[in-house]
Amino acid sequence: MNDELKELRFSVNGKPYELKVKPKALLLDVLRKELKLTGTRTGCEVSACGACTVNLDGMAVRACSILALQANGREVVTIEGVADGDKLHPIQEAMVAHGAIECGFCTSGMVMSARALLLENPKPTREDIRRAVQGNMCADSGYVKYIEAVEIAAKKMQGGE
Amino acid sequence: MKDFGYAAPKNVGEAISLLTELGGHGKVIAGGQSMLVIMKQNMLAPEFLVDIKGISELDYIKYDKKKGLNIGALTTHRTIERSPVIKETYPVLSEMEDNLAVVQTRNWGTIGGNLCHGDPAGDPTVVFIVLNARLKIRGTAGEREIDIEDFYKDYLEVDLNPGELLVEIQVPPPPPHTGSAHNKLMVMKGDMGIVGAAATITVNPADGTCTGARIALSNVASTPWRSRAAENVLIGKVITGELLAEAGRAASAELEPPADVHGSSAYRKEMAELFVRRTAETALKRAQAQG
Repeated sequence: MNDELKELRFSVNGKPYELKVKPKALLLDVLRKELKLTGTRTGCEVSACGACTVNLDGMAVRACSILALQANGREVVTIEGVADGDKLHPIQEAMVAHGAIECGFCTSGMVMSARALLLENPKPTREDIRRAVQGNMCADSGYVKYIEAVEIAAKKMQGGE
Repeated sequence: MKDFGYAAPKNVGEAISLLTELGGHGKVIAGGQSMLVIMKQNMLAPEFLVDIKGISELDYIKYDKKKGLNIGALTTHRTIERSPVIKETYPVLSEMEDNLAVVQTRNWGTIGGNLCHGDPAGDPTVVFIVLNARLKIRGTAGEREIDIEDFYKDYLEVDLNPGELLVEIQVPPPPPHTGSAHNKLMVMKGDMGIVGAAATITVNPADGTCTGARIALSNVASTPWRSRAAENVLIGKVITGELLAEAGRAASAELEPPADVHGSSAYRKEMAELFVRRTAETALKRAQAQG
């Protein structure tokens, strides 16, 4: 009974999915292995680095620390669902234009944390941004440019340049 | 991680029936932010997980001036942190939540899950101890209420029988001229506290004496630690800087803290002294500011 597959119905990047998963499958495993959405990174796997950050019902959460079955009936957005077709999201655009990407490993998690912040608080202060991406480690220590890029994106989304 | 059976009951009644049926073989998961980490290490390998995260009837914050605060066990840390009524009436809880963990964890983790995990390093417990909180626990036989202080039995062990569920945290209204504070030693904001302290101080505005004090420490013993020795130093006296230092020394003297990679036992003892002094001082100032 312990490895009996259970039904998981949820939406990922606006698309409904119905899967059968093991109870111990993490949201991260299902996104990467079942749905082949490998933009969400497997980093530390112990809820320390933030590379696996996705948005669940609009909130930033760590996909390595949530059972996939806990996403039942909920909406997940991963880095693959952030751009509008070929048009990058203002956060992505600002990160590219501002040189806020180092090796790129942590970038998807950074974008997802920033996206959740701007959904909740479209006019964040610099401190709000720092707090929002605090749980996202960058091994290259590229934090300043990440924070500046989110600031630029927030301004752009507010209609400024 | 080992395989386990899984069910997500729709309400508290179903959850309790299922847990009762499972006897000691079922384990509750709420947000799982602490539990999944130790399950991945195989420190915990439950046969069956009862997932209560989706039970919305336990997600609430109610406040009444006379009765105080009632928080449903499945309220997330983030909801508590952002609650206007908590910011207004129990600001120490918002202060504690803001330091609890990174936002991803606070978004998904629940207050009840945190308390039931039984980690002596947890922040909410020591704050609830100094706020004199009680826990409401429901099982097949009905409900019982206990002082939060009595809930902790040993490292990661709490007073819950198979078939029982923590449903609510009850915080009484603070007496007038009372201040509370929480602080912890952390490398980065949101880290687990290497040592943490919470304090509540009540003063008599007529003569300035301390009429009530509650002091508790985290991550210094196998359970959250209430320091009556430190409280007794302060109660009945006009609190001075020297008396606060003495309370810190009294708290530290009775501890034999564990040692780990974050700090030796002797270091934790010193930090306990410092954090009791500082936290009690902040609580005192807040009590005095109420005029």
